[in-house]
Amino acid sequence: MKKILLGAAALAFSATMAAAGSHSVVRMGTEGAYPPYNFINDKGEVDGFERELGDELCARAELTCEWVTNDWDSIIPNLTSGNYDTIIAGMSITSERDEVIDFTQNYIPPASSAYAATSADADVMGGVIAAQTNTIQSGYVAESGAALLEFATPDETVAAVRSGEADAVFADKDFLAPIVEADASMVWAGEDVQLGGGVGMGLRETDGELKAKFNAAIDSMKADGTLNSLLVKWFGDGIATY
Amino acid sequence: MFTYCEDPSALDTARWLSCYLTTGVHMRFYASFGTVLLLLAITAPVALAFGFLGAMASRSQLFPIRMIGKSYTSMVRGIPDIAFFLFFVIALDQALEWLRHQALCPDWTEPIRQGANFLVCADAKLPLSTAPQTVHEIYNFFLAIFTFAIVFGAFAANVLYGAMMAVPREQMETAEAYGMTRSQAFWRVMVPQMWIYALPGLSNLWMILIKATPLLFLLGVEDIVYWARELGGSKTPQFTDYPHPDWRLWYFLFLLVFYLLMTKASEVVLKRLTMRLSHGQATMGGEAMRRA
Repeated sequence: MKKILLGAAALAFSATMAAAGSHSVVRMGTEGAYPPYNFINDKGEVDGFERELGDELCARAELTCEWVTNDWDSIIPNLTSGNYDTIIAGMSITSERDEVIDFTQNYIPPASSAYAATSADADVMGGVIAAQTNTIQSGYVAESGAALLEFATPDETVAAVRSGEADAVFADKDFLAPIVEADASMVWAGEDVQLGGGVGMGLRETDGELKAKFNAAIDSMKADGTLNSLLVKWFGDGIATY
Repeated sequence: MFTYCEDPSALDTARWLSCYLTTGVHMRFYASFGTVLLLLAITAPVALAFGFLGAMASRSQLFPIRMIGKSYTSMVRGIPDIAFFLFFVIALDQALEWLRHQALCPDWTEPIRQGANFLVCADAKLPLSTAPQTVHEIYNFFLAIFTFAIVFGAFAANVLYGAMMAVPREQMETAEAYGMTRSQAFWRVMVPQMWIYALPGLSNLWMILIKATPLLFLLGVEDIVYWARELGGSKTPQFTDYPHPDWRLWYFLFLLVFYLLMTKASEVVLKRLTMRLSHGQATMGGEAMRRA
């Protein structure tokens, strides 16, 4: 007990020392399991559209940023309790989330969600549909009348369709597109659905200053077209741009 | 890692595997085995110490201390591990930050609790948000050890309490007849003899502890199960040089082998320990050794 307290005290002390020399750091929280939005690359680093976007935003806002991964389920509670300062994880802006946290303006325009299945005539309204927990898609499926099968990670939702556990997976179309493209056994099913108000960066409601900085940086990226070219680079020519 | 890994798609299977298994993510996967082993190595003795203190407190002659010991063992054992990990760790973290906040930022006027937010001044954050990621990871790791130690300490306390009670009464009577004080009799007669009675219970706890490490990810410490799931998930060619279908089965099979080896190693050690502790004991095991 005593040792642990001493250890904690030593850590706290060393943390203080480390802080003395550096400027304020913005900790960017992401999931790291949702390509092309964000994923862990072969080197073990956070990579993807949001990594590149986030680094550029930080450079424009003159902030030092550090990347942190956190599982999706607890990504909002860990933001509000201060473990990191932003959520940049393909999170759609919805009114429910907006009650708990704040969002910057969107950096991906409102996009379609789609069903992917092993056959094009899968019953997306009455069958078993896999979706990730706490996403706008899982909320939509729950209300659509289909049986909802929830998973903690995006990859598991796709695996459930491949194994036949679910009839189809419902997710952001831009997440499913590379999977449908690479796997001949997966096809689109049903109709695309428009959900959410685009993807934005989540922040604590009290961090107005940080929000303003990021909003200004997103504005400047929208104005000079760099955001559009980044979107096309990661999501292909079909993506909606600004 | 190897020079021929520039274009993995052109390699034969053996070379492809040698490249695939040495990527940066795989190195982090291997390192997480070290994390888990280190956690076990530190948690086990700390939990045992907590258990010993808990058991001593439970047998205390002073009512308040006895109550602390008893309520520690019964309360903590009754709470599900996952609830304990979600609640206690956040509470502990916030308590430490609150204390630092009181000490470091006396001028702060805004409320700390604002709805769902828990906001202390920047200086009181633990670790500071400016600290490098490794410091955050080490901090979480120690929170994990502390939490594991409290949970498993409560179970160990109950096991040790039972073991103390199991030491034959005649042994203690003899100690009293020799004029030993209560504490002398405890340290010289009861403690050396109780371990053999505690060992089966403690070995169970050790086995459960080995398997409880996936709870680490709740604290943001990436353990072997997290990496196995992350690496085993299917990878599409756009985002990796090593695309593959769903390989979670193989990764989890690898974990199965690891856990079985851990179990085997533990069994060998525990068997030796049982032999050693049985020497000269007034138990069936001890008697059997005397006749041999």
